[in-house]
Order: sequence, then C-alpha cells, then structure tokens
Amino acid sequence: MRPTATPPLSIWRSPRPSLRWVPVFRRNLLVWRKLMLPSLIGNIAEPLITLVAFGFGLGALVGQVQLANGQAVSYLVFLASGSICMSAMNAASFEALYSAFSRMQVQRTWDSIMNAPIDLDDVVMAEMLWASFKSLFATVVILGVMLALSISHSPYVLLALPLLALNGMVFASIALIFNALAKGYDFFTYYFTLYLTPTTFLSGVFFPREQLPPLLHTLSQWLPLTAAVELMRPLFLGQWPAQAAQHLLVLLSYGATSFYLALALTRKRFRA
Amino acid sequence: MPARPLFSVRQLSKRYGDQTVVDKLSFDIEPGQCMGLIGPNGAGKTTTVRMCLGLIHADEGQVEFHGSGATLHMPQDQLAIKARMGIVSQFDSLDPDFSCAENLLVFGRYFGLRDAQIQPRIPKLLEFSALSSKAHARISELSGGMKRRLSLARALVNQPDLLLLDEPTTGLDPQARHLMWERLQRLVQQGTSILLTTHFMDEAERLCDRLIVIDHGRKMCEGRPRELIASELEPEVLEVYGAGALALHDSPLRALASRTEISGETVFFYTRNAQPLLQALSGQTQLRTLRRPANLEDLFLKLTGRQIREES
Repeated sequence: MRPTATPPLSIWRSPRPSLRWVPVFRRNLLVWRKLMLPSLIGNIAEPLITLVAFGFGLGALVGQVQLANGQAVSYLVFLASGSICMSAMNAASFEALYSAFSRMQVQRTWDSIMNAPIDLDDVVMAEMLWASFKSLFATVVILGVMLALSISHSPYVLLALPLLALNGMVFASIALIFNALAKGYDFFTYYFTLYLTPTTFLSGVFFPREQLPPLLHTLSQWLPLTAAVELMRPLFLGQWPAQAAQHLLVLLSYGATSFYLALALTRKRFRA
Repeated sequence: MPARPLFSVRQLSKRYGDQTVVDKLSFDIEPGQCMGLIGPNGAGKTTTVRMCLGLIHADEGQVEFHGSGATLHMPQDQLAIKARMGIVSQFDSLDPDFSCAENLLVFGRYFGLRDAQIQPRIPKLLEFSALSSKAHARISELSGGMKRRLSLARALVNQPDLLLLDEPTTGLDPQARHLMWERLQRLVQQGTSILLTTHFMDEAERLCDRLIVIDHGRKMCEGRPRELIASELEPEVLEVYGAGALALHDSPLRALASRTEISGETVFFYTRNAQPLLQALSGQTQLRTLRRPANLEDLFLKLTGRQIREES
C-alpha cells in the first residue's frame, strides 16, 4: 500500500483537450433561450443607440474622418466599424464577469457540474466559449442592422464574423482572469471603469488614434481592441487590412495567454 | 472470504496549515450497504466526502472504487469514479432558471448521456421524488423538502452505484424528513449503496447498516448502530431534572448508576437497571424523571462530548 497520495497537480499544467465543455455550454444556451429577449435588448439596444446618436448626430458635425493611410471616410462608417468591436468586447466581458461569477459563486452551478464527471478546466472552457458565442450573436444582430442601414456594402464584411468571434474569445478570456480573482461583483466595476472604458477611447473606436499624444499612441498600438478595430475597419470599406498578420498575432497572443492565466487562477481559486 | 467492498478509503488525511481536519481515516462501503459518517460540526465529514470525490486533494491515503471493471483510483480516475456516483451536497445547487424536468435533463447531459437516454428516466425520477406534479415548476416554487428530493432525483439520473449524501435532511421539517428517509430506505432496499453524513442520530439509526463516528477528523468507533450502543453504553438511561436535581450528582444515589453526566439542569444516570434509582427518587415529587433505553445520541455524546461546536 502506498503511504502517500500523489502530490497536488500544478495550477500551471497544460489543459487537457476534451469535449466535456459541450453539455456545460448547452446548459447556458438553454438558460439564455428562456431569457433571450431581455438579454438581447441589453446587448443590442445600447450599441445601436450609441451608433445612431454619435454616428448621425456627431457625424453631421464631423463629416469625414481621415484614416492613417490618408483615406477619408464618413464618420458613421468610421464609428460603426469601431463600435461593433466595442460591442463584442462589452458583451463578452459582461457575460464572463457578472454572469460567470453568478454561476461560479452565487448559484453554485459550477459546484454541481463538478459533481458530475466534468473538470474545472471543462467548465472554464465552456464559460469562455459561451461568452464569445453570446457576444458573437449580439454583434451579428448589430451588424445586420448596420447592413440594413447601408453603412457597408462590402462582401468583406463576411470576414467580420470570424473576427468578432475571435475578439469575443479574447475579451472573455481576459474577463475570466478577473472572475477568478473576484471576491464580489464590486470588483468588476474596477475592471470596467479602469480598463474597458479607457481601452475603448484608446483603441480608435470613437476617434482616430492619430489624435492621441505620441506615448499613448504607441501604447494603444498593442491593445487587443486596437488590433480588432484595425482589422475590422478596412473590411467595412471593402479593403484588406494593412498589417493583418501583426494584428491577428496580437489578438491570438492576448487570447491564448489570457485563457491560460484565467485557467490557472481559477484552478487556484478552487484548489482545496 | 468477505465480498469485495464497492468503495474503500485508506488512511485518508487532510491538513490545512497546522490543523488536521481528517486524520488517517479508513473505511469500506460494501455493495448495497448504507454507511453513515456521523460527527459534530467541523468533525471532518464534508471534507471526507469531498476527498472521496476528488474535489479536495488528500494529503495522504487512498480512495478506491471497485466497480464491475478494474479498480479505479483517485485522483487519476476521478472522472470515471464520479461517473458511477450520485451526489447530494449539503447546499442545494439546483439550477434556478430551469424547471424540475429540465434540471434532470441538463444534469444527465453532464454524464455524457444522450437526451434519448435521459428523457425516459425523467418521469420515473420525478415520481420517485414525489414531484410528478411539479415537472414544469420553477425551482423557486418548490419547498425546502421538494428541493432536497429533486437534488436526490438529480443524483440518480446517471443510475449510480454509490450515492454520497452530505446532510441530506438538514433544515427540513419532520414531514419532509420522513418522506426523504422513506425514499432513501427504498433505494437501499433496491440495492443502492449509500454514504451518508449526518448529525441527526435518529436518521443514522434508521437508515444506516453501519456507522462511523468521527470527531476532529479521527474515527472514534465503527459498527452496526445497535451493536455499538450495546457495546459502548449501559442499556438504560434515567434523566432527572427539576429543583435540586443537580445535587443528586454528588449524592450516594450515584452508586446506583454506572455513570452519570450533567447537561444544563439535567442529570443523566446510565445504568443496567433504572428501577432502584426510580424507587429511591419516588419521594422527591419536585423532581421530574424520564426513563428510556440508551440510544445513538447517548453514544454520540459520550464519544464527542457535550460542549457546543461552532460552525467551522
């Protein structure tokens, strides 16, 4: 008989790939189908109101905006292509913070799931993919409204879908890091006010990044939302994005690093 | 040679800092047996259950599951072991957004079951838990007893070999407890093995084939309930209370009992025969007496003491 059990596994171990996240994802999907209407209104109405208010209102004052490559575009198109990335970010963040925290801490849903043959890793994976899916769904509806408003006619806009999905995964993963560290809902206010809101203003959603002071401009170049916006905007204009590989790499690096960190910190939180 | 146990725990220990929460605990659960783990708050019951599930990492010791196939070991076979178990945890963790039937369906999916496998089980499980009329009710519409029964039904959705029940009737009213007990007895009769933690002695006595009393993470004794009482205690107890009762503790009457205890305003005399004591006390009309056979609660209090335990 062995005198001791195996030592505890490191929180930094690599995740084991499996499909056990599927039933957890389906659980969230089933809840969402019941609450879809209020949830969609929250995710869609606000971005569309912003778009109409700023795009048509401010757009009438601003007229055209000059991009870094010298091209002039209408403010409405400029804002639409940026704000859809912002909407994806916000929807994914909200889901992976407030809703995931409710399931993890308040409702003990994660605990009951882990009474079944499902790992914590599978639950975290499911939450990440779920938040991205929810964000994608909301932004697809917004995109549909934008197309109906004839904001873009480019077939390149189809490429917005995988880009929005990736963007959702990146911000869901970052949010799950803060979910793993949270003691209560109040903690998420810091994340929104100290990170997401400044990020929005630094990433060229509302105005070109060229307006920023040099230091902030350089800094903003490496923000994940900047990468998403820089990729998205040309698609709306029917162009292939400049430095597409670099921006994609930035997004993928943020996504992979954040997910790994979120997983490790969640394992630490649950370790007993 | 005895049959192979279904589940065995060997020398299981857990420490948090300097505090040893579970201390070299060993026990077996035989197939079809209901094993009770009893102890005061903070004795290590829930920690033991969570180690059995691999949700808490054991510092030492082994947890093994001997199903129909090869022996499974915690923690490396954790998922395979959990696939054969049903768990009712101390706190309800039902999905508030779902109806009763949906709770069962969604939980069945976690076991990798197909909807076509789960759907036929749902009406049977609801009937078993006396919730057929509540199939489409939301969780918030259920009483405490109904929630616990639904938790039990949910734990049965994968048709487990072993049920782990962590204080399944805590917080229930007597009617709800009796219905829960009746259902658990039915499961035992059908051959389901159960590991039950409780601090209700009537529950342990009623349901469990075997008992382990633990305190401070250590096993105090193990055996069949009636045999434990017979071996550890005098057969009769006389409780005396009322004005002047406490003085009896130091009176010559004490010689008529093999052991005495004081709790609050009551003196407990443990004895082979309470009749001589009763006769001696018959003149003292200000005293109230209660003569009764020794029970599991007496054993529990003898082993774990009468001092109040704070919730840990």
